[in-house]
Amino acid sequence: MTRLLKGMALPLGLVLLWEIGAQSGYLVAESVSYPSAIARAAWAAVLDGSLLKATRETFGAALAGMALGAALGILAGIAFGLSRLLAALMRLSTESLRPIPSVALIPLALLIYGYGFRMEIAVVAFACFWPLLIITESAVRGIEPRLIEVSRALGFGVTARVCKIVLPAALPRVFVGLRLAAAVSLVVAVTVEITANPIGLGYALIVAQESMKPDRMFVFLIWIGFLGWLVNAVLLRAQQRWFGRMGNWAEQAR
Amino acid sequence: MNEAEPLLAVERLNYVVGDAAPLTILHDISLTVREHEFVCIVGASGCGKTTLLRLIAGLLTPTAGAVTFRGRPVTGPDRALAIVFQDYAKALLPWRTVAGNVELALESRRVPRGERRDIIARLLAQVGLADRADGFPVQLSGGMQQRLQIARCLAQAPQVLLMDEPFGALDAMTRQTLQDEVARLSAESGTTVVFVTHDLEEAIYLGDRVIAMESRPGRIGEVVDVGLPRPRNQLTTREDPRFLALRHRLFNLLPTGH
Repeated sequence: MTRLLKGMALPLGLVLLWEIGAQSGYLVAESVSYPSAIARAAWAAVLDGSLLKATRETFGAALAGMALGAALGILAGIAFGLSRLLAALMRLSTESLRPIPSVALIPLALLIYGYGFRMEIAVVAFACFWPLLIITESAVRGIEPRLIEVSRALGFGVTARVCKIVLPAALPRVFVGLRLAAAVSLVVAVTVEITANPIGLGYALIVAQESMKPDRMFVFLIWIGFLGWLVNAVLLRAQQRWFGRMGNWAEQAR
Repeated sequence: MNEAEPLLAVERLNYVVGDAAPLTILHDISLTVREHEFVCIVGASGCGKTTLLRLIAGLLTPTAGAVTFRGRPVTGPDRALAIVFQDYAKALLPWRTVAGNVELALESRRVPRGERRDIIARLLAQVGLADRADGFPVQLSGGMQQRLQIARCLAQAPQVLLMDEPFGALDAMTRQTLQDEVARLSAESGTTVVFVTHDLEEAIYLGDRVIAMESRPGRIGEVVDVGLPRPRNQLTTREDPRFLALRHRLFNLLPTGH
């Protein structure tokens, strides 16, 4: 607890300086705003429901996109991990598509889907697919070879080996990949909303900026950062609870 | 099955690795194992005894010669030949409980679900892990983890237990305890055991027969019948003059400081 308080000392101190600077006139506050005004705007955004609505929209798109991209990435990662031949055949295609920044696909997505959720989900899915593909493939390849021998010695066929040994063994790393994808999905969703899509937190951010309301803009900015932290903290807790008791076997040296 | 026919036979086995610079790991190995026998293969580190065991288990394919089990050639792993690995921690499933790990072997045998609980309970009791059934392997000590692996191998209902230096990574006291447990388990169940070790005294203590291997390349040096009475005892057997005589006889086969 004391560590948390110590950690908060610096940010709180800066916030205080900011407020004092603005109140005393040192800081010109029209374009950048100051803490007490931001707090007031935050309360207003909560009351009029805009914060909640925008959060639901961004979260909905990010979650749907992540679910789609991660599921496909995991399936492809398992396939590539199990079959070196398949991985080699697909290498050229994947390595040429992967470097495309997901947000560069926004114009294409707009052409195909128009404005709205589907376009955003598509871009988020593309962004989440790659980390999960790479992590899952690496996790499947990196399974303790002794366990594969055990499954051979017990006479398990390929399906049984995958379900009983490969998937559970890869799970901790895949979960780390999901944590990564969750962070990516939020970032990409907000970016899509800032650049093109008129829904969600990113759009609210832009609207606040364009209507010259820096206090409201900061509200959404800070809220986005908080959501990102929250999502990661929740997933981290879940990871520790599920895998903690068993010893994190993904971290064992080989 | 004919009494005289061996359960397991290795005929003129050769194992060579490397295409560019071939290295002969095993040269012209021939040996037989009779049913219910406890055979110990002893040799210095690097003599190829682990490779020999893996060839018997069907995890490797010989370059020349053959391994036969009940008269049929071994072409791949067989559930009837259970192998206990030295690195027990890596051979256990960390995400399953102790009971779950044993159950893995029952799943491979397609034992009906209803029968599994009793079998698992019996096996865990046999290896002294009955009170740890719901724990996870990571919570067990090294000796317990090895016992769990043995329990899982016994759950395969194997005809032969292949043990690859199973106690090499354990402390001396645990080693002695587990030696006696394995001796007891094999005597009770009548399972044939092929036990690989670098420890000469362990080999003589446990075995009905000891096969001493020479190194570079791995080949059979000497085969001796142990002939000591059972059950063996850590104190009295190891002081028995016949034990010491065997030790003397085989000691010179193994390089110094083995």
